[in-house]
Amino acid sequence: MDAKPVQFVRMQHEESHGYDRKTIDYIHSAAQRGLYEIRGLGAKRHVPHFDDLLFLGASLSRYPLEGYREKCSTQTVLGTRFAKKPVVLDIPVTIAGMSFGALSANVKEALGQAATAMGTSTTTGDGGMTQEERRSSKTLVYQCLPSRYGFNPDDVRRADAIEIVIGQGAKPGGGGMLLGQKVNPRVAAMRTLPAGVDQRSASRHPDWTGPDDLAIKIQELREITDWNTPVYVKVGATRTFNDVKLAVHAGADVVVIDGMQGGTAATQTCFIENVGIPTLAAVRQAVDALEDLNMKGQVQLIVSGGIRTGADVAKALALGADAVAIGQGMLMALGCNSDSYFQNGALHSAAADYAALGTSPGFCHHCHTGKCPVGVTTQDAALEQRVQPDEGSRRVRNYLKTLNMELTTIARACGKQNVHHLEPEDLVALTVEAAAMARVPLAGTSWIPGWSN
Amino acid sequence: MESLNFDLETQTVRDLNQYLHGDAAALAGQRIAVTSPNGAHNIAVGVDAELHVTIKGHAGYYAGGMNQQATIVIEGSAGTGVAENMMSGKVHVRGFASNGAGASAHGGLLVIDGDAGLRCGISLKGGDIVVGGSVGSFSAFMAQAGRMVICGDAGDALGDSLYEAVLYVRGAVKSLGADAQYEPMSDADLDAVRLLLAAAGLDHDPASFKRIASARTLYHWNADANQEY
Repeated sequence: MDAKPVQFVRMQHEESHGYDRKTIDYIHSAAQRGLYEIRGLGAKRHVPHFDDLLFLGASLSRYPLEGYREKCSTQTVLGTRFAKKPVVLDIPVTIAGMSFGALSANVKEALGQAATAMGTSTTTGDGGMTQEERRSSKTLVYQCLPSRYGFNPDDVRRADAIEIVIGQGAKPGGGGMLLGQKVNPRVAAMRTLPAGVDQRSASRHPDWTGPDDLAIKIQELREITDWNTPVYVKVGATRTFNDVKLAVHAGADVVVIDGMQGGTAATQTCFIENVGIPTLAAVRQAVDALEDLNMKGQVQLIVSGGIRTGADVAKALALGADAVAIGQGMLMALGCNSDSYFQNGALHSAAADYAALGTSPGFCHHCHTGKCPVGVTTQDAALEQRVQPDEGSRRVRNYLKTLNMELTTIARACGKQNVHHLEPEDLVALTVEAAAMARVPLAGTSWIPGWSN
Repeated sequence: MESLNFDLETQTVRDLNQYLHGDAAALAGQRIAVTSPNGAHNIAVGVDAELHVTIKGHAGYYAGGMNQQATIVIEGSAGTGVAENMMSGKVHVRGFASNGAGASAHGGLLVIDGDAGLRCGISLKGGDIVVGGSVGSFSAFMAQAGRMVICGDAGDALGDSLYEAVLYVRGAVKSLGADAQYEPMSDADLDAVRLLLAAAGLDHDPASFKRIASARTLYHWNADANQEY
């Protein structure tokens, strides 16, 4: 008897779903190195997002505004609860906290210039406030982070708002990490560290441990600023409903919720992809918490994590956010993942520098290496010249303008004279998941999973 | 010299801090007494003037927080985060201090006559701390720069993940944290301890202290550091 094993030809090259090439490569690399991967940017996996929502434009039952003629206000006021001097912005799109250290001084200056021109705010990061960003940014939010690198009372008093960072969407519960190659002498001095050593940031604040303590910490910052300055509390999206309630109880003027798509300068991949909840799910929970406390409108909500387009901004506002914050989109406006960079009046190819990192434009997440091929996330003296403040500022300004035009176009089409009048009733969902998370009906139905039949 | 009294039975912490945030030149040299503090939080925070504040009793959280230039004496005990993020000046606690005393202080001198709780000197960034008694666990965690003199004992994990701060301990250390190690006392160390003790009004023999600093094995990410990194 001939008992040869049977082979089906097509199945000889069938990739396993559970052990696909990516997974096999992960296991091989882990076995080789004994270290987890650290990388920049945010989650790459597919999660329910604003893409899964659609606007119901005006028709017979709603009356639209004339797209390019009628006024549609975008003014946004943040910090009206306790601060004597709330932050007043011309647009509801802010620039998220990103550190000098993760970003170059040129990039910080470009962001500041663009934000000032567009009437919005920028935010410092885990490295303190640079002169460049204070000078260039009319409205500057100063982060108070667990590490307290470079944190000092002079900058507290110079800030237009203070943001106490509990966590960020890319790594709720995790601390930070700036690998030694980015800790150049200036970064090191600002963070009181020797140059070239890995800078690890703690995940917990050194002088308070829970919501009751946080209330006292917020009071301290208010006392130091003589109750002038709004205090934001930023939380990575996880148990968002409870976290927002606790932040409000602790006395926050503004709560910032950062979903899992939010970026990072350097975090473990396992963290980026597996910890936290999508921005879409977090917005709904945050708004629920504010409404539950009857604080909607008194405490403002900023949403971040994967906001890319004017439509994303409009959807976040419609769900109840007062403003959004954008990090990764700003870096991309500056050239992140572009195949070329603009220097000395000409475009230059960055292909070789991407190749040296083992990647290519469109896939790069090597912010953590400090070898950003387009000069955005670097402290290298030569690479950082690839973003010049004026050109960088022009691009960020254009990006912000585009977002704002898209936002107002959608708002007018929904019949709103003010972008803050967008509401959940303007939205439907494309998927059951998005309908359940955002609590808006599945398109063409009145069905909200978990809420209506 | 002008002397002013704030009675927290009848006045608020806000009144006090607002006054202390006045014109630095006008405030310089003033002596302020704070009576009936009764554990109030945030007493004398964000001061940036060369004045002298005496808190006549116990203070709550963050007394003397982010101090610049001022001398602040707490005649009782202090709550969590006394002199947190101090930049300069001096904060002196006559009693005991709770958790996170001197956290992330960039400069100045914090003196605690009694014991300090958990995480004393956590994230220290250049300030000096002298503790007459003992300190709790995880003190000097991730301390980056500055000096701590501990005249009593230390709890678990002293100096875990130290950067460049240096610790001097006279008593017993329950355990050292990851990457902290004992090192010989040099003449410079003896001088430093002598001066810090003198500034704190203590007269122990500097030679009775042991030096603890970073072994610097966690300065760069590597597979051998395992879970300690």
